[in-house]
Amino acid sequence: MSDPMKNYEVNFIVDPVLSGEEIKATAQTYVDHLKNEGCTIVHVDEMGLRQLAYPINKRTSGVYYCIEFEAPNGELIDPMELSLRRDERIIRFLTVALDKHGVKYNADKRAGKIGKVTKKKKKEDRDNRDRRQNKKRSDKGDDKKAAKEEKKEEAKSEEKAD
Amino acid sequence: MASRDDIKFLSNPKIGQKRQKYCRFRKFGIKYIDYKDPDFLMQFVNEQGKILPRRITGTSLKYQRKVSSAVKRARHLALLPYETDLLK
Repeated sequence: MSDPMKNYEVNFIVDPVLSGEEIKATAQTYVDHLKNEGCTIVHVDEMGLRQLAYPINKRTSGVYYCIEFEAPNGELIDPMELSLRRDERIIRFLTVALDKHGVKYNADKRAGKIGKVTKKKKKEDRDNRDRRQNKKRSDKGDDKKAAKEEKKEEAKSEEKAD
Repeated sequence: MASRDDIKFLSNPKIGQKRQKYCRFRKFGIKYIDYKDPDFLMQFVNEQGKILPRRITGTSLKYQRKVSSAVKRARHLALLPYETDLLK
């Protein structure tokens, strides 16, 4: 059996009107809160000030935080979300349970592997496109036939029109 | 018909061709779709911010479900807009 600890990830957006210290203190309260509940914090990601895609509570930007943690059970999630909901400093939050792929992805992302992977992917994409174009070149004979047939049809239709 | 070579390029022979679609997640072994990466998710929405159907992106059903939930999470976190114009 796998270990009974469950992986979660809580994202929240802190009001940017607060001073830098207050913002950090806000995030720290939730980190401490989780530690008190017996969770192990895997990583605290501060994504910094970002523009929101749409205004929330008349704010157009926010400070993004993401805390990844292992919890012994899911019972502490509800009270945590309640306190997040009641907190006026927080304008939006989202809690997500991570599966094994998500845990691995986050570990890879922290190790800096993900960016490289996407670059590789793009290269592979290009290679595939090149291959396809080559294929098309080799298939051009068929294309010509098809084109001729089309021409015939066009010619016929023109004759009819005449 | 050989005399009708002048209408050779009146119709584009490439128009009718179909390019083989494929699921990029299957192909490149991507198991997890990050909802915190709006630039990546941009590939799966149209310029109004709507999720593109499978028949256009070629994504397999298993990963289309993950894409849609990732896009919806990103929208909730204001990383992607719910509705907009001229997104791209």
